[in-house]
Amino acid sequence: MGYQVVVDFDLCESNARCMEVAPEVFEVRDDDFLYVLQERPADDLRDKVEEAVRRCPKAAISIAED
Amino acid sequence: MQSIVVVGASLAGLRAAEQLRHAGYDGTLTMVGDEPHLPYDRPPLSKQVLAGSWDADRIALTVQGDHGLDGLDLDWRLGVRATGLDLAGRTIELDGDGDGDGASGSDRRLPFDGLVIATGATPRTLPTGGLAGIHTLRTLDDCLAVRAALDATPRRVVVVGAGFIGAEVAATCRGRGLDVTLLEALPVPLERAIGPEIGALSAEVHRDHGVDVRLGVGVDRFDGGDRVERVHLVDGTTVEADVVVVGVGVAPNTGWLDGSGLTVDNGVVCDAGCLAAPGVVAAGDVARWPSARFGGLIRVEHWENAIAMGEHAAQRLLSDAAATDPPPTSYDPVPWFWSDQYDRKVQLSGLAGGADEVLVVDGSLAERRFAAIYRRHDRIVAVLAMNRPRLVVTYRPLVERRASWAEALALATTG
Repeated sequence: MGYQVVVDFDLCESNARCMEVAPEVFEVRDDDFLYVLQERPADDLRDKVEEAVRRCPKAAISIAED
Repeated sequence: MQSIVVVGASLAGLRAAEQLRHAGYDGTLTMVGDEPHLPYDRPPLSKQVLAGSWDADRIALTVQGDHGLDGLDLDWRLGVRATGLDLAGRTIELDGDGDGDGASGSDRRLPFDGLVIATGATPRTLPTGGLAGIHTLRTLDDCLAVRAALDATPRRVVVVGAGFIGAEVAATCRGRGLDVTLLEALPVPLERAIGPEIGALSAEVHRDHGVDVRLGVGVDRFDGGDRVERVHLVDGTTVEADVVVVGVGVAPNTGWLDGSGLTVDNGVVCDAGCLAAPGVVAAGDVARWPSARFGGLIRVEHWENAIAMGEHAAQRLLSDAAATDPPPTSYDPVPWFWSDQYDRKVQLSGLAGGADEVLVVDGSLAERRFAAIYRRHDRIVAVLAMNRPRLVVTYRPLVERRASWAEALALATTG
């Protein structure tokens, strides 16, 4: 079953914990903005994405099941 | 293991409980918390909630999964304080009874097979002379009391202590258009935490925003009728103030463990895998553990540590009970925290205290946008950034593997 990474950019403050945990999916660039590199990551990245959800200080990330 | 008790119903305790269920533990799981609230997030208390842009409902802690908190099947004892631990008898002693049935006696002792200690820390206080209007800020109730005082448009707010809590409170008060005096007893704020150079910058950022910062001067006493009206400083000067917020550090909540047999020394001392005694783990602000990476015992008061240690401690509790191979993994994270003040975001990864050198590797202190790395002996031990989040991610792996200073410098020149 696929899933989608959802970021609430009103909450995101570019703490970049997500990038640390799952750099394949999340990148905070030199402009200080978060870019979601893949909105539908492969299943083998799911654990990392779930950890990024837990580690976000603003609870700005969620996972939507397809 | 059929019954686990988590003492401390805040972030570390909740994440431990969540991990226990996630790992398949299906026995009873009791949460004991001395506050009358379900777990909530503390960082917004010095920011959005104090500013008035969020209410309490915005900070309720949630858990992953479709069924939320209810899905964890937790027994809640809220508004109940743990007053003792009988290790041999494997019971917790409680003061107060959160289930409202008026019973006492048997309800005052809570048996457990496994125990998670996550009782956090309590703010240090100054003598108030019985005056109203002098606050500390740790709990939601503290925050709402301070917010109500700010809503009354005080002439001036005095914040005592320019650590991260004091700094955020000062910034939030300025954001509300209030006049603020920030007092720091040390000549440089945060010197032990982030070193003198960047500590000094912290004071300058507050001055940038119109805060009256006074360094190297402590509080002698408070003065007023029923409520505080002025603060007398040790240098003989006074500051008129209607509201005082004291942020002079916290002490870990370990008093209830005196005489229990656990090792208590600036926190509950654990082994390298969060175990404080057989069948007893600790996590979060209350816990102290040996770090191979940084040397010696460390205790941190960071949000992320509450989560990571809560999860690790839960896993350790289960593996300790199962007593199976392989040996437990050690808990030796790179601490990470952030602080938001005005439009600046400070992040620190590692332990910068007592460093031998700090070097700015990107941007400048003058710009209020930079990254700096810290050296102890010949290794990089921390990276701090102000409004440069990407660079904290860049340098953290070097801190994690205790890279040489030379390697960090090489990255700084090429990166």
